[in-house]
Amino acid sequence: MSTVTDSQRKAPAGERVADWADGRLGIYGLAKTNMRKIFPDHWSFMLGEICLYSFIIIILTGVYLTLFFHPSMNEVVYHGPYAPLQGVRMSEAYASTMNISFEIRGGLLIRQIHHWAALIFIAGMLVHMMRVFFTGAFRKPREVNWLFGFLLFMLGLFTGFTGYSLPDDLLSGTGVRFMEGVLLSVPVVGSYMAMFLYGGEFPGGDFVARFYSIHVLLLPGIMLGLLVAHLILVFYHKHTQFAGPGRTNKNVVGMPLLPVYMAKAGGFFFLVFGVIAVMAAVASINPIWAMGPYRPDQVSTGAQPDWYMGFSEGLVRIMPGWEINAWGHTLVLGVFIPIVIFPLVLVAIAVYPFIEAWVTGDKREHHILDRPRNVPTRTGVGVAWITLYLILLVGGGNDLWATHFHLSINAITWFVRIFMFVGPVLAFIFTKRWCLGLQRRDREKVLHGRESGVIKRLPHGEFVEIHQPLKPAEMHTLTAHEQYKPLEIGPSVDENGVERKVSPLQKLKAKLSKGYYGGESQIEKPTAQEHEEITSGHGHH
Amino acid sequence: MKKLSARRRHPLAAVVVLLLALAATGGLYAAFAPAGTAQADETSQSLAIDEGKKLYSVGCASCHGTGGQGTSDGPSLVGVGSAAVDFQVGTGRMPAQQPGAQVPKKKVIYSQAEIDQLAAYVASLGAGPITPTEKQYDSAGADIAKGGDLFRTNCAQCHNFTGEGGALTNGKFAPSLEGVDAKHIYEAMQVGPQNMPSFPDTTMPEKNKQDIIAYIKTVNGDNSASQGGLKLGGLGPVSEGLFGWIFGLGALVAVAIWVAAHTAKAKKS
Repeated sequence: MSTVTDSQRKAPAGERVADWADGRLGIYGLAKTNMRKIFPDHWSFMLGEICLYSFIIIILTGVYLTLFFHPSMNEVVYHGPYAPLQGVRMSEAYASTMNISFEIRGGLLIRQIHHWAALIFIAGMLVHMMRVFFTGAFRKPREVNWLFGFLLFMLGLFTGFTGYSLPDDLLSGTGVRFMEGVLLSVPVVGSYMAMFLYGGEFPGGDFVARFYSIHVLLLPGIMLGLLVAHLILVFYHKHTQFAGPGRTNKNVVGMPLLPVYMAKAGGFFFLVFGVIAVMAAVASINPIWAMGPYRPDQVSTGAQPDWYMGFSEGLVRIMPGWEINAWGHTLVLGVFIPIVIFPLVLVAIAVYPFIEAWVTGDKREHHILDRPRNVPTRTGVGVAWITLYLILLVGGGNDLWATHFHLSINAITWFVRIFMFVGPVLAFIFTKRWCLGLQRRDREKVLHGRESGVIKRLPHGEFVEIHQPLKPAEMHTLTAHEQYKPLEIGPSVDENGVERKVSPLQKLKAKLSKGYYGGESQIEKPTAQEHEEITSGHGHH
Repeated sequence: MKKLSARRRHPLAAVVVLLLALAATGGLYAAFAPAGTAQADETSQSLAIDEGKKLYSVGCASCHGTGGQGTSDGPSLVGVGSAAVDFQVGTGRMPAQQPGAQVPKKKVIYSQAEIDQLAAYVASLGAGPITPTEKQYDSAGADIAKGGDLFRTNCAQCHNFTGEGGALTNGKFAPSLEGVDAKHIYEAMQVGPQNMPSFPDTTMPEKNKQDIIAYIKTVNGDNSASQGGLKLGGLGPVSEGLFGWIFGLGALVAVAIWVAAHTAKAKKS
């Protein structure tokens, strides 16, 4: 098209740099497929971004902290500026954290940003996970990514715990002691495991250095890898979207990555950083100087882990102190049972997608999200899980509930013991009813329109409320979901009158399927025909 | 010496030794025991006791008995000492409003003069810990760091790291130490009110009590600094988690909704 040949034309500098890079990295191909990647707009799709950005903030501030933190348990005497600890013996880890907090420029702010960002990171992951759960975004093809996300959440818990333990203060030391107790409660190998982790009898002189490399190297390394895989899969699967006009299972309606989402996401990073920095600037977190250095002979009341481990604390606090003594050995069921339940609580939510897929037998891909009300059983299960989690959190903070609401700690413990079983069941029933009510309302809205609040008097004296019909787009959105039919086992005898063999597993599946999609569990969505019938009859209904 | 040695196996030797030991203990006790009311100015002291008895009959006798001997509703006050009265009445715990797991502090209804009279009367029922003088509980010049160490060893189990208080069984609790008078902290350690163990001078010398008071006043007093910003109750991870969820994640979700609501408009062609 041009008379000037390539060799003669002097390309602009930017293009030459890009050319240079393309020749070596192949960026044009990558950019072509990814720069115009479309993302749908919804605030709940940004919850994952909150996690990503707080993770980046944690890494940035964490690097700064490693420059000044000494992961050593050598005993030193404190001579820093904080008067109430002057002359007190403490580990180098604690002393260097004191140094970061009181002497390093910006140290306390960075420490608080690091810790607040960690709380936000894990809270964000939980909320993000719940968003994915309640909208059914974990369905095929995203099951693996669901597991990646779950692993990130689990690793986040342990990275948080190891980080919380590093300053070697009296609070976290009590947590580390707690963990020793947990290990010791494991039958047969417990004492070996504890000795192995702490390099001898607790507390020993090793655990800070060990937790340090786990906290700054091992776990974040794995998490970074999982995070990248998680994001690559998000790109590969494309983002899910809520149903709406023009949105199908085969397209994504939204804005392109470049320039719109680059700007939005980039801006959102700074907003997240800003919010966390403001929190860290105004609110104290983990004031280790107030807790004092760890000494195995000291302990304080109100020793709790950070919130994300609170439910495990709750499990242990509410467990009766059962133990079995036999043949000179003690089996501490009061600790061992809770630590067996602890991972099960988490795993319960992780395996849910596979259970649901098995019940529905659905092998198709799903890119359109469910509205939680349209899947009452799943929503009920999710709310039941959250209820269990919250009740256990109450158990973990039973002393604070007691002092701040003037209750008996024993009564709270009994409440938690009973409601950790009853609460989820009640929550499930309530949620399911609620969802069905919302489905009925949707059906009503589609068929009869929205209540306008305008009362009309008819010539013969009757009063009616005028209903405004919905716009077609709204009606589409309310009726776009598909409704499964419950699985039928078929007749119990075959054509020859011989009893058919149905495996118990099949029976269970049919039962679950009925629970999911039977008449009790979903309200039939209005059909076009029903709508036609109602609207064609000209008068009111 | 030989005589003594020869008779040491005499049947009555044990009795003699026992008598000697009893005499020695009794004598030593008489010599060193707190003087009680004996040395005070007789007239003003007995006047205070008389006044205190009147106050006692009106405000205390219904539960503690007319002579302080105790009833099913309240313990005996014989031997609790004036320090216990000064603490219980001086912090408003007594007279109690109602029975319960623990009597909480409330508005003080007696004047200090009346409290002193009540204390004098109760102290006259039997010797016990005496209300400390200002010099005893004055923490100026005390070792704060030592106090912190002692606090974490002896007090933090119930009162939390910096004296924010904590829960005990069945509705009982260790109260917050924020804003508590140095005198009352000292007295509490001396007498061990309600569910608290006592720390008499034999286990916790006066100097150590002063150290502890100095520590509490430094980390949880009226002028204590909170180096990291808002203290969030000083309760540790539970209140931090609550703050993180409500204000941190809450703000971020609000920001996310705001960002999502402001999307690029399609270009008008």
